[in-house]
Amino acid sequence: MSNTPAELKYAKSHEWVKKLPDGTLLIGITDHAQAALGDLVFVETPKVGRKLAANEACCVVESVKAASDVYAPVAGTVTETNAKLGENPELVNDAPYEGGWLWKLQPDKLADVDGLLDADGYIASIA
Amino acid sequence: MLKATALHAEHLRLGAKLVDFAGWDMPIQYASQLDEHHAVRKSAGMFDVAHMSAVDLQGARTREFLRLLLANDVAKLKTPGKAPADAVGVGKALYSCMLDEHGGVIDDLIVYFIAEDAFRLVVNAGTTDKDLAWLRAKAPAFGVDVGHRSDLGILAVQGPEARAKVDALLPAELARACAGLTPFSAAWLGDRFVGRTGYTGEDGYELILPQADLVAIWTDLLAAGVAPCGLGARDTLRLEAGMNLYGQDMDETVSPLECGLAWTVSFADEGRAFIGRAALEAQRAAPPRKSIGLVLEGRGVLRAHMAVRAVNGELGETSSGGYAPTMKGSIAMARVPGSAVGPYEVEIRGQWLPTREVKPPFVRHGKVLV
Repeated sequence: MSNTPAELKYAKSHEWVKKLPDGTLLIGITDHAQAALGDLVFVETPKVGRKLAANEACCVVESVKAASDVYAPVAGTVTETNAKLGENPELVNDAPYEGGWLWKLQPDKLADVDGLLDADGYIASIA
Repeated sequence: MLKATALHAEHLRLGAKLVDFAGWDMPIQYASQLDEHHAVRKSAGMFDVAHMSAVDLQGARTREFLRLLLANDVAKLKTPGKAPADAVGVGKALYSCMLDEHGGVIDDLIVYFIAEDAFRLVVNAGTTDKDLAWLRAKAPAFGVDVGHRSDLGILAVQGPEARAKVDALLPAELARACAGLTPFSAAWLGDRFVGRTGYTGEDGYELILPQADLVAIWTDLLAAGVAPCGLGARDTLRLEAGMNLYGQDMDETVSPLECGLAWTVSFADEGRAFIGRAALEAQRAAPPRKSIGLVLEGRGVLRAHMAVRAVNGELGETSSGGYAPTMKGSIAMARVPGSAVGPYEVEIRGQWLPTREVKPPFVRHGKVLV
């Protein structure tokens, strides 16, 4: 049974979004997604400063099995990426909601986050 | 409806993730594919390969039949089978391609020498029906009987500790024979057959046993600390070992000279007109294509069917590629024109990335060789 924290928002394409106190968003992939992908061996995050449209493929996670795109849940600008994933991509498997975060985003409109799924909505979407 | 091996319920019990492999419902991984890979390199792992087939050939002219059907020469198999007074038999094995008249690979297989009138083949799952049809079409002229041993199942136990773990579970006289087996040979007692062969680049066995015995030995090996491993780990292990996968690195459109298997083709006996020989002779001096090994210089993961570009502009494609857990990097096998000259670049998501050309195997017996 995968873990889907109630305090986060979710996209159908398996990203989670956490609002940070400074108004930026922390983004990663869900526990369900990492389990389906299998052991991750390479993560290519978007460049800092890149402007992303909502639902734009902007990040690639590669597992032992395959490469998969990760999409921007909302529009905005990349402000930071998780440097630890270069040496330790398995952080995404081990702690998808903590040490395995992918990138931080300054959203164009913070209110866009409200349009995403809540935990129950996401659980229903993968059922 | 997918076919299930005798170990299917064991895989479910262990929480394996199952996939359709050539019409069989097979485990791709149990928990972590990387952990399974490392278990085989460092200690011991086991693979349900009961979807593959044992095919027994019987008849006084079986050797002559196989000298026609196989590109490698079973005349090399000299260690006699069963000594008359001994219940345990021992015989040598040989890896070979079975070719069509155009030199295309129908299948790759292992042939075991049991007795002058009895040889055993182990063939791939996805090719079993095709192989049986081919063999049975050619066999009557030699009076050879082709028996698909679907009553037997195959379990591969691989890794530096694999043989000791298996030997401890075998009847004493068979265990003694197994302890003395040289690589690429087999020992057997009745229907219990132990080949010192494998598909991982590590020492180990491939056990061919009555279907009814598979669950018991699987359970005993599990209790002895042998890690259950899925087809995912089997693929990364064989790729590191530089071993071809049928249907991916070669098929009927490729000759063994074009997929790195020239070493398995025996031209030595000029009078041996094996099927496909004429086609191979025509390309022998300069095969139109060749297989190369590649190591990705930077970060990223090579996969099958990526474009490959030689420094002299020739283009090809990766046939297999992936993450190599023992090397903590990415490797591939690629097919390029025979005239291609390295170094080679591979295109990943629109970018041409540099690689280093190497001669497989990449890893053998736990050690990185390239």
